Amino acid sequence: MSGSAADCQYWERLLAKECRLYRLRNNHRISVAAASKLLSNMMLGYRGMGLSMGSMICGWDKEGPGLYYVDDNGTRLSGRMFSTGCGNSYAYGVVDSGYKENMTVEEAYELGRRGIAHATHRDAYSGGVVNMYHMQEDGWIKVCKEDVSELIHKYRKGMF
Amino acid sequence: MEYLIGIQGPDFVLVAADNVAASSIIQMKHDYDKMFKLSEKILLLCVGEAGDTVQFAEYIQKNVQLYKMRNGYELSPAAAANFTRKNLADYLRSRTPYHVNLLLAGYDDTDGPGLYYMDYLSSLAKAPFAAHGYGAYLTLSILDRYYRPDLSRDEAVDLLKKCGEELNKRFILNLPSFTVRLIDKEGIHDLEKLTLGTK
Repeated sequence: MSGSAADCQYWERLLAKECRLYRLRNNHRISVAAASKLLSNMMLGYRGMGLSMGSMICGWDKEGPGLYYVDDNGTRLSGRMFSTGCGNSYAYGVVDSGYKENMTVEEAYELGRRGIAHATHRDAYSGGVVNMYHMQEDGWIKVCKEDVSELIHKYRKGMF
Repeated sequence: MEYLIGIQGPDFVLVAADNVAASSIIQMKHDYDKMFKLSEKILLLCVGEAGDTVQFAEYIQKNVQLYKMRNGYELSPAAAANFTRKNLADYLRSRTPYHVNLLLAGYDDTDGPGLYYMDYLSSLAKAPFAAHGYGAYLTLSILDRYYRPDLSRDEAVDLLKKCGEELNKRFILNLPSFTVRLIDKEGIHDLEKLTLGTK
């Protein structure tokens, strides 16, 4: 989630509620496409009213792994890689140039870490910690919670 | 930033749209499809403000499908175009106007092929060829120069390629690929994506 913290927390909690209700009513888990559409329709209901939210819905359903980008304009895009927030361009730069077709999971973790670390280094409004989650077929695992200043210190030898 | 083009032949309509979904200066997707299938022989090409495009196009798409379910037969392209325009006009002077520019292309079994140009102010014009976006400033004159009402399918695709090459040469923004589709009495056909490499 990026943008307004309040909007992100509120609408994603509301989305969680709707997804839970879906599971209870229909006896199977909601698909990633449907969950992301629920969120984007919530955003569209408030168009022009100043909501600010850029988020990614990622999950696993019967189509396999799914990733959707949803924002406050109501944009909803399915894709293999997205970055949001004011530092997103910096993250795209690092992740796009370091991306390899058949990366291992560990390489992917490192690329994600690098993307966030470099974006927080350049963007004044980004920082703090890298909270990394891996969505696997049977659920998510938390991979790490690393302070970006320590990461940048670790990467400094290879940087300009 | 976005580009739509349509060319009508004697028994077909050829349409193309660029594949970039952008947000500010970033290309978020390179393979985004801006065409919406309204029915077996009608396509709606939609560009404009984020969120509005998909929302409005899907609304029209579902209503056209509903008409078919209720009445047992499909809306003609002309009827669909006028329905779309009316919706756009009704929303225009509301609190939430839809900022979308559209091309509606279809094949009517009685009237033949048709291409309809619509913009966000809900103007509607039936035209033999049309384009939307900054790219239109570069390509409409090419269409004026080389279009003929009796174009064959291959000639229409060549004309489309000419337009794509001009964009690749002179347009400041990079539009690397275009989805191309053709509608005729058999229905909607996917043609090969138009990809333009280095100039």
